[in-house]
Amino acid sequence: MQIGRRTAFGLLTILVLVLVWYITTTTLGLISPGRFPSPADVWVSTRQLAVTGYANGQLHVHVLHSLWLVVLGFLVAAGTGVPLGLLMGWSRRAEAIINPVFLLIRPIPPLAWIPLAILWLGLGDAAKIMVIWFAAFVPSVINSFTGVRTIEPYIIEAARMLGTRRMRFVREVLVPGAAPMIFTGLRLSLQASWTTLVAAELVGALYGLGRVLNVAQQDIYPGMIFLGMACVAILGWATTRVLAEVEARALPWVKLARA
Amino acid sequence: MPATSSSPPLSHLAVVGYGAIGLVIFFGVWTALSASGAVPRQFLPAPYEIAERFTQLLTSTFAGATLPQHLASSFMRFGYGFALAVVVGIPLGLLMGWFRWLDDIVTPAFDGVRFIAPIAWVPFAALWFGTGVGGPILIIFAGAFPPCLINAYRGARFTSRPLIEAAQMLGTPPWRIILEVLLPSSVPSITAGLRVSAGLGWQSLVGAELIVASTGVGFMMVQAQLNISTSTVISGMIAIGLVGFVIDVALRRLEAEVRRHGLA
Repeated sequence: MQIGRRTAFGLLTILVLVLVWYITTTTLGLISPGRFPSPADVWVSTRQLAVTGYANGQLHVHVLHSLWLVVLGFLVAAGTGVPLGLLMGWSRRAEAIINPVFLLIRPIPPLAWIPLAILWLGLGDAAKIMVIWFAAFVPSVINSFTGVRTIEPYIIEAARMLGTRRMRFVREVLVPGAAPMIFTGLRLSLQASWTTLVAAELVGALYGLGRVLNVAQQDIYPGMIFLGMACVAILGWATTRVLAEVEARALPWVKLARA
Repeated sequence: MPATSSSPPLSHLAVVGYGAIGLVIFFGVWTALSASGAVPRQFLPAPYEIAERFTQLLTSTFAGATLPQHLASSFMRFGYGFALAVVVGIPLGLLMGWFRWLDDIVTPAFDGVRFIAPIAWVPFAALWFGTGVGGPILIIFAGAFPPCLINAYRGARFTSRPLIEAAQMLGTPPWRIILEVLLPSSVPSITAGLRVSAGLGWQSLVGAELIVASTGVGFMMVQAQLNISTSTVISGMIAIGLVGFVIDVALRRLEAEVRRHGLA
């Protein structure tokens, strides 16, 4: 009943919004096409991008390029951030050594690394991976760290008492115990990856959705701007869904505990 | 901080000592890389060279203004965008917490827009409001608005039922329930949201200035990048980090203050 009502209202709202969009841009012409595209404009842009291509490539080239960079940057960040967070959570000594450096770097917003990344690595893919890494690294570290620190002490003591070996302890106590928080961090990392990638591509790139947005902005082409934003939103949503699915598969017990 | 760990907490002295080791390694490796010429100086200036450049920028102009002037214009934009997000987001969140129909209408639209990275608004922002003050404000707003809305909404929804029912029983009109029951009980959630919101807003601003602006720290950094002046780029990063840090500390203070004394 709840869900039915929500979905119905949601669909209705979206339908009304599309109608209002159509009426104000097309029927009444209240919004000038130079400022915001009509549905027909967006359709034309979609066909143009998909068939003939725009800003160095067709739709699938840009989408795959952006997606590939986000996934790669995200994996690199998660692959380095999570172990570091676990290490800092586990060892007070590691925490004490790394924390001050971490605190020094953390207030710098990821987007502020973009000019430095371009200086160091140019406009290619390596610079994008570097900025995504910086952006996605921090949430992974912090949440993995917190995850370890919130494991119940008696679980750790029980494992100790039973003489669990180090590798086995990491695999069977530390990682599963911290896993829910790790995934919270990964979700934030993924969002940060998208934001920084789009920004980095807007500043300078050869392919990608940010490149499409950038060229469309210079051409004053509202239909293409709209399409670029829609693609970014859809990809962001889709990758978040994939991560949620991975989480549900990897941590069946979390769901059980909630239900 | 939760206490679970492999080992008992370190003594204060040990924390300071290890921290110093960490910092010495960090700055040591950096200086060694730069001074030995392993990484060209042009691309990685040594820490002291950056300190020198930073102090220089405080008084000499780069890209049309000194660093404090760039910072001031960035901060002004941030102030406008953040204020707008607060003024729109918090009342809307509270109203959504009270009026179910508004919740039903706004939530689907909001969920649709939320997945657009704030920075992706740049082209429309430039098209609609120009690249001076208006455009960047829209982008800051896009970054700072969601946490304001979500936290006000959550605060309102988690207001204790008996309080609301008591107010209703006494015949309180909805607008007074919102102002005098929902708002005060949401304050902790809202102040927590403000911190997140300010952080995202400040970071969106930096992004916006990298792409469209003719003043501000972001603009200064892009100019420095084009001139291959790495020390100026890093000075800009430090300045942005410092201001972001100060904003965060100020809001954290506010949060602690509110938690201790309440609003009144």
